Amino acid sequence: MKLFATTQKNNGFPVKPNRLEKKRRFSEDLVQLLLFLAGILSIFTTLGIVVTLGREAWLFFRLPEVNLLEFLTGTTWQPHIQQFGILPLAVATLVTTAIAMVIAIPLGLTVAIFLSEYASQKVRNTLKPILELLAGIPTIVYGYFALTFVTPLLRGIFGRDVVNIYNTGSAGLVMGILILPLIASISEDALTAVPRSLREAAYGLGATKSEVVFKVVVPAALSGISAAIILGISRAIGETMIVAVAAGAGPNLTLNPFKGAETMTGHIVRISGGDLSYDSIDYNSIFAIGLMLFLITLLLNIISQWVVRNFREVYE
Amino acid sequence: MRNASHIFEDDLSARTRAGKRWQVVFLAATILAIISLTLLLINILNSVFGFVVLDSKVDPATLIVDGIPLEDQSSDQLIGVLKMNLSSGAFNKLEKEKSFAQRDRAEIYQLVEERVLKVEVLESWSLLDSIFKQEEVKAEYQTLLETHPNAELKFISWLTRQRLVRPQTSEVMTTGIRTAILGSLWTIFITILFAFPVGVGAAIYLEEYARENWLNRIIQTNINNLAGVPSIIYGILGLAIFVRTLEPLTSGAVFGVVDPLTANGRTVLSAGLTLGLLILPLIIINSQEAIRAVPQSLRNAGYGLGATKWQVIKAHVLPNAMPGVLTGTILAISRAIGETAPLVVVGASTAISFDPTSPFSKFTTLPIQIYQWTARPQAEWQHVAGAAILVLLVLLLGLNAVAILMRNRLSHKY
Repeated sequence: MKLFATTQKNNGFPVKPNRLEKKRRFSEDLVQLLLFLAGILSIFTTLGIVVTLGREAWLFFRLPEVNLLEFLTGTTWQPHIQQFGILPLAVATLVTTAIAMVIAIPLGLTVAIFLSEYASQKVRNTLKPILELLAGIPTIVYGYFALTFVTPLLRGIFGRDVVNIYNTGSAGLVMGILILPLIASISEDALTAVPRSLREAAYGLGATKSEVVFKVVVPAALSGISAAIILGISRAIGETMIVAVAAGAGPNLTLNPFKGAETMTGHIVRISGGDLSYDSIDYNSIFAIGLMLFLITLLLNIISQWVVRNFREVYE
Repeated sequence: MRNASHIFEDDLSARTRAGKRWQVVFLAATILAIISLTLLLINILNSVFGFVVLDSKVDPATLIVDGIPLEDQSSDQLIGVLKMNLSSGAFNKLEKEKSFAQRDRAEIYQLVEERVLKVEVLESWSLLDSIFKQEEVKAEYQTLLETHPNAELKFISWLTRQRLVRPQTSEVMTTGIRTAILGSLWTIFITILFAFPVGVGAAIYLEEYARENWLNRIIQTNINNLAGVPSIIYGILGLAIFVRTLEPLTSGAVFGVVDPLTANGRTVLSAGLTLGLLILPLIIINSQEAIRAVPQSLRNAGYGLGATKWQVIKAHVLPNAMPGVLTGTILAISRAIGETAPLVVVGASTAISFDPTSPFSKFTTLPIQIYQWTARPQAEWQHVAGAAILVLLVLLLGLNAVAILMRNRLSHKY
């Protein structure tokens, strides 16, 4: 303070009091505004999805030949004879998703446990990139794999008259392979986040390795594992190209995985594949199906976030 | 406690054996996962190479001019071949489409292949069948020879240099992926132009500017939710917003540059913007992580020197976060390159043979092309689809390698 005063005196100038409050700069505000707009765009994307899906679906349900109850419970989807029951499409989605999860959950979890608990550092460093690579392959390539490898394989095993060329089974199996890395990688993150001290304590009590895994580590990471499974289901429901290529065209209400059946996503792709004219009943119907898909996957995503938030074990 | 003592009552050797068994199960599952990846790749290679039986309408031996076989003839000689073998009407129509003087030799040779030779695939085999079932292949060829005396058995690669540079045609032996590759590049270019600045901008806002309030919390939650929306929903959104509502803009009508061949909103621009919206959440989330990893001390040092907030971000935060931001962006882009479903919904063209020339051109992309070829029932198209997949995978592998290299080279440790 004293020093400051002296310098002022020595200069001999009348010193303006130093203004410490922030000076407003126009360019700074402009930059902040632009960045804010970039951030808020995501809200508009969501609004766009909700509004367009909602509006077109509303137009669809207002058509005289459509009613909501029939849409949700009808067992035939034949737009050209005014039959709009979503069940055949929804059941096909259910079958492919169920088959995919039967493959992806056990395999994904065991891979995650192997990587986090058993594999050496070196093995993990080679395996993780391979899994990431598997996750990065476009889904159309998986579709090709389903049609040209898995379907002939299934037909070879079960007989050509039992298994159709297009079938939900092969699409579901390959979808399981697609979702495996997703479940493995999220679960592995959850497992590695369990602190070492918990494992050491269990070993100290005389537990074997597999007892530590099943009775200590997995229960502690259960929230993350559940989230991974829910995300996997949501991904399977929204998956499109595998089913579009391998599961068959044409709605078909069947639980038989060896028969062809069109899923919700598969139907949207096939219908919009040609030049779809606006405001036709087909055009509006894909928005109604899209709205269903959006609501189901959104619900699943929100549940998975809720599970993580509310059931996560937090360690110091 | 009683529970725990119950667990440890069991025979120790039985418990150890159970542990060993589980270890084997875990290892086996992991190996199974790797095998499926290997099978996927082998399956593609299996369909890209193999024996084919080719038959041409005209015996190439009859087209030898002055003792020079067809493959070695000059442009003029090939034009002569065309003139001789096509009706004058068909020849003049070709001349009208594009004069022969303007066409290069490769183009003319392709015309000869398509119009005169009309090479047809009678039968095709996969690589493994070609190696292990040669007897069957030969026997099949002999039976085919009876009905098609000109037929020829050849071991070919379905992926050739010509396939890469030729446009799409309706003949399996002459079709190429040039249109699709260029379409993919145009689309991705638009996607990057839109998604990179907006994505990084949003990440900067959320990490550096956003205060803890309800609006910013909603933005953050919303971005996380958007990342989980199925890609086909983005396609439907793109169809409603870009293709239909913004048609004057996306068809180029506003700028007065409508491509006469398109004249609607199903353009490269619509496709690029749709993919941009799709990968925006990925870019934002990855960039946020990179920006969050820049230590606070760097920012404080900048402020200590009197820099403004934007100066600190521009000169310190962004340069230090850039490797992470770019890695995340490249991974997001490779996702966009492989996307098929949203573009089918937005309205990729099924058959176009001309290159896209502006954002307002019709488009097709590599994955779309693969989808269309895979969906055809004839077996020989699966081979071409396999060849296109090989190109797509090499492209994506290259991008991923760049991303990994960049992460390793440029990343700082604090």
